Amino acid sequence: MKTSIFLGTVAAATLMAGAGMADTLADVKARGELNCGVNTGLVGFAAPDANGNWTGFDVDFCKAVAAAVLGDATKVKYVPTTGQTRFTALSSGEVDLLARNSTWTFSRDTDLKLDFIGVNYYDGQGFMVRKDLGVTSAKELDGATVCIQTGTTTELNLADYFKANNMAYQPVNIDSNAEGEQQYMAGACDAYTTDASGLAATRAAFADPENHIILPEIISKEPLGPAVRHGDNNWGDIVRWTLYALIAAEEYGVTSANIGELTTSSQNPEVQRLLGVTDDLGAMIGLDKEWAKRAIMARGNYGEIFAANIGEQTPIGLARGLNAQWTQGGLMYAMPFR
Amino acid sequence: MSDTHAQTVPFVRDTMLPPAEPPIKEAGAMRWLRENLFSGPVNTILTILGILIVWFLVSHFWDWFAHSVWNAASLSECRQIIAETWGEGARGACWAVIRERWNQYVYGFYPPALYWRPTMAFGLLFVALAPVLFSEAPGIRRIVLGLTTVLTLWLMVALGAPAAWLVFAAIVLVGALAISERHVSWLLVFSVLYPLMGVWFLWGGSAWGPIMVLVGPVLGWIAWRVMHPLSGMVAVIAALVIPVLWWVGYAGEAARDAESIVSFAIPAVASDRFGGFLLSITIGISGIALSLPLGIVLALARRSDMFLVKSLAVIFIEFIRGVPLIALLFVASLLLNYFLPPGTNFDIILRVIIMVTLFAAAYMAEVIRGGLAALPKGQYEAADALGLDYWKAQRLIVLPQALKISIPGIVSTFIGMFKDTTLVTFVGLYDPLKSMSDAVRASTSWKGIYWEPYIFVGFIFFLICFAMSRYSMYLERRLARDHR
Amino acid sequence: MTDMSAPGNPPFRPSMLIYDRRYRSMTFQVIVFILVMALAWWLVNNTIRNLAALGKDFNFGFLWQRAGYDIPQTPIPYTSDDTHFRAAMVGLLNTLIVSILGCIAATFVGIIAGVARLSNNWLIARLMTVYVEAFRNVPLLLWILIVFAIFTEVMPPPNAFRGDDPAASMILFDHVALTNRYTAIPTLAMTNDPGSLDLGARITISWATIAFVVVLIGGWIVRRMIGAWAQRVQDQTGSRPTTWWMSLAVMTVPSLLLIWFFGLHFEAPELRGFNFAGGLNVQNGLVALWLALTLYTGAFIAEIVRAGILAVSRGQSEAAFALGLRPGRTMNLVILPQALRVIIPPLISQYLNLTKNSSLAIAVGYMDIKGTLGGTTLNQTGRELEAILLMMGVYLVLSLIISAGMNIFNSRVKLKER
Repeated sequence: MKTSIFLGTVAAATLMAGAGMADTLADVKARGELNCGVNTGLVGFAAPDANGNWTGFDVDFCKAVAAAVLGDATKVKYVPTTGQTRFTALSSGEVDLLARNSTWTFSRDTDLKLDFIGVNYYDGQGFMVRKDLGVTSAKELDGATVCIQTGTTTELNLADYFKANNMAYQPVNIDSNAEGEQQYMAGACDAYTTDASGLAATRAAFADPENHIILPEIISKEPLGPAVRHGDNNWGDIVRWTLYALIAAEEYGVTSANIGELTTSSQNPEVQRLLGVTDDLGAMIGLDKEWAKRAIMARGNYGEIFAANIGEQTPIGLARGLNAQWTQGGLMYAMPFR
Repeated sequence: MSDTHAQTVPFVRDTMLPPAEPPIKEAGAMRWLRENLFSGPVNTILTILGILIVWFLVSHFWDWFAHSVWNAASLSECRQIIAETWGEGARGACWAVIRERWNQYVYGFYPPALYWRPTMAFGLLFVALAPVLFSEAPGIRRIVLGLTTVLTLWLMVALGAPAAWLVFAAIVLVGALAISERHVSWLLVFSVLYPLMGVWFLWGGSAWGPIMVLVGPVLGWIAWRVMHPLSGMVAVIAALVIPVLWWVGYAGEAARDAESIVSFAIPAVASDRFGGFLLSITIGISGIALSLPLGIVLALARRSDMFLVKSLAVIFIEFIRGVPLIALLFVASLLLNYFLPPGTNFDIILRVIIMVTLFAAAYMAEVIRGGLAALPKGQYEAADALGLDYWKAQRLIVLPQALKISIPGIVSTFIGMFKDTTLVTFVGLYDPLKSMSDAVRASTSWKGIYWEPYIFVGFIFFLICFAMSRYSMYLERRLARDHR
Repeated sequence: MTDMSAPGNPPFRPSMLIYDRRYRSMTFQVIVFILVMALAWWLVNNTIRNLAALGKDFNFGFLWQRAGYDIPQTPIPYTSDDTHFRAAMVGLLNTLIVSILGCIAATFVGIIAGVARLSNNWLIARLMTVYVEAFRNVPLLLWILIVFAIFTEVMPPPNAFRGDDPAASMILFDHVALTNRYTAIPTLAMTNDPGSLDLGARITISWATIAFVVVLIGGWIVRRMIGAWAQRVQDQTGSRPTTWWMSLAVMTVPSLLLIWFFGLHFEAPELRGFNFAGGLNVQNGLVALWLALTLYTGAFIAEIVRAGILAVSRGQSEAAFALGLRPGRTMNLVILPQALRVIIPPLISQYLNLTKNSSLAIAVGYMDIKGTLGGTTLNQTGRELEAILLMMGVYLVLSLIISAGMNIFNSRVKLKER
């Protein structure tokens, strides 16, 4: 928005083509802003407040990438995407990075020409029902009405699960989490199904969370991760290693509070490499020495981001579970910085 | 009354009897009731049915409206107030959500410190509209411009606008009020400049951008003046090509250079900060302003003698009219990037405006075509007889009359388009109706509030659309006197 | 005149392409043609380049892949194992269902409201004015959301019907249940089921339906023949035989016989497990969309009807009264035929609007063609270019069919002008 919108139109409407899509890093640097595709509103992951300031788990990842690439965590333009528009927004170049709790699947990675760069949240699909329904297992849901968000992998999982267990159900298709909540609260569906994290977030926000239970069955694997366009490997590397930097920082105890101190005092060679004290890893991906340091300083390491947005101290109250560090029995495992 | 008669008859009343009171059934309220409500068995049944409907609505909604709460920080607090004031189990409307989120509904996520900018742009809009809409109705024009001036300036002061801009707005508004008394058509200059100005106020950034865009037509005009004595054909081509070349090749760079020499910029606001009624009105007004000229061109093309031009216009119009707006919006959000050169990427709001414009233009073309067809053939023949060429005949004789006939249709197309701006919610923009209400509901304090936001948004839409339709009816009556 | 023009053709000069009226339109059309072709080539070329850059291709093969998702309401049998094509067909049928139901209901509502607005009953006329203005000046999306919210928030859930002292009860002699998920209505069942005709692709039509259609069409033809016979008698003798009871019998008796023969009866829905079963559960998405479309379009049709009736000059009805026609016949024979001429063209465009507006089904989760082909299928396959172009094509064809059909009807009612 440096010149005016009109010049943009004129330029776009005529033959003048911008720079090619191949070099996303150069584009982002030239633009001075990272376009980040996020959810239109899922509290804890990405939602705007009354002033339009975005907060959430995915939003903080966008900020970390912006800090690593541009040196300023505020230089992010959040593009709200619906379940329908998210992948197109990425492939058309409208966003540089899609951090919208999207499940990493084979066909999305290959046929849709996306590159999932890692997993920032291991999730699984669950069911939430009212306690007074008397249901304790998803196997008892034969004939039930189930609220389901269209266009998600959960829709396919649901069909498969009921088919595999030889049960019938009536789907109620909804467009957004807000609508799902409304339908479920009004009793228009017996069960609400989505990612277990989303269920927890939704349940936490109810006036009477104790009257709703999340059934024990987790019917699918939902590895949620940020995605970039297929074909720009350098940009993919930057986003991937920003994620690993956040995870590694937690593993080595680097937090936004002690990072300045550790830069000078840490004797751990891995930490020194991560923070750009010794080797210049940043140069290999087209960034400067302190890229990872800035990414961690933006909103803290992975654990801090988790705790601030969706952790047990927040209304959403998710336990780390699978998302704990591998050293603590979880699946979060950063590749070595070397 | 003959004299003889008066003499032969013993008694003739020579004063009029005072008129008797009408029977009670034929007077006053009773008569009105009898004639308008109970004139026959069918009518009586209908009246009773109508009363029942009204009673049903009032009895169901009255206490809800009567128990309105305007001050609360959250839905639970609101419910508590209702329970305390009107007893446990009472139902009540919680308008506090509107009060709390008023700015969000009106300005979306626009930076609060800059609220005065859209406000000023909206106020100046009426100045730009005055010569177009209010030229025939001086009374209404005075009221509208006067109110606009007072309200805009007052709001700008309240919103903390800088003094320089206050002075600017005051000069424009008061100046317009004064000028319109004598020469309404002078304000057309402002109307032409307004689109660029409005865009600059809303999105901000360097003023050199819009100025350099404006330079294009000026260059074209100069080229036309210079070339015209040499060759008419070359002049026309130059006048068309030079602005395009300027915009494509030099305007952007010139704006940047000018900005670096003399900076003249206001803080830029990105499109993702737009939302609520600001978004609806921005899309609505841009669509209206752009679709009218496009619609006129399409209508003329459809009535053209040239086979190819006519068929292209028919295909375009029927295609657009045959497809739902939602599909076109999805084209804007999903497909437009495929159709443009690789790497081009422009604003989603702009893409939506383009699609809304094309959609409205097709409908507009049909309305104007109706107006053109309704014009008596004699008018066309008279224009030919005067020796006017096609464009002169259209400009001076045909279009002014055809547009006047089409005013009701044009306004209803506008109303339809303005209502349709709510559909942008499906491509991820924050329209006031669905996305903004969902965003409000996403916060923990207002979770579970449904009716109040819907009713509020619906009420605002009703006010705007109803005012537009009533004004068009007024205009229609006013203009009706000068033909037939 | 002839001696004014030069003998023979003047020598052709390039400038004549602009200044000579004979050539100018040609020049202009050629330029327009070139520009349009250039634009089309530019768009196609860009698309090809973009697709190549993304490594995608343009083919409709995805339509024959397994869809994998379920659809709440399916007019034809459909499971998640079916193809995306079949899902799109289900969506198309759902679009047609809501559009046709909407057009019929909106016409009724519109005519009633339009006539009522002209009523000399003050209250009714005012009420109708409020209705028309309220619906015309508020976005359709709002009405859809409000009607849908009324259903989900106000109606009881199915389990409220459970127990000895249920919180809610079924209406219409325990045949219809209004719940916040669907309206459970009875289905027609037969004791002597004659089986079904298999049309292939798992689409079947019951022989009973075919029998009814045949009987009704046959009855209609016989009725026409009776009418023609009565006309002949009238032409010959001057008095028309009374035929209404014959017509009535021809139209109803065979159907009643069929009902008796097949043992046709209603099967009321009953609560089983979580939901009602046995009847037909009409999704609230459909009902809400249908109601909102009906009321919204009805308000527009009311205005059209009112304008149509007002357009018939007062002299026409006065003349009819002077001829001694009763008010009913005046309406049927004098006013309506003239009003229809004014009413039908805008009515066509309202039907078109309603069909296109049915794409707002997306707001209530009703799976029309926008929801299946342009929604879930698009999403699961990532074929946005193909899916949206195909969807636009479908809507275009629908619109063309509606306007063609209505234009034929229009030309039949149109007064033949001299």
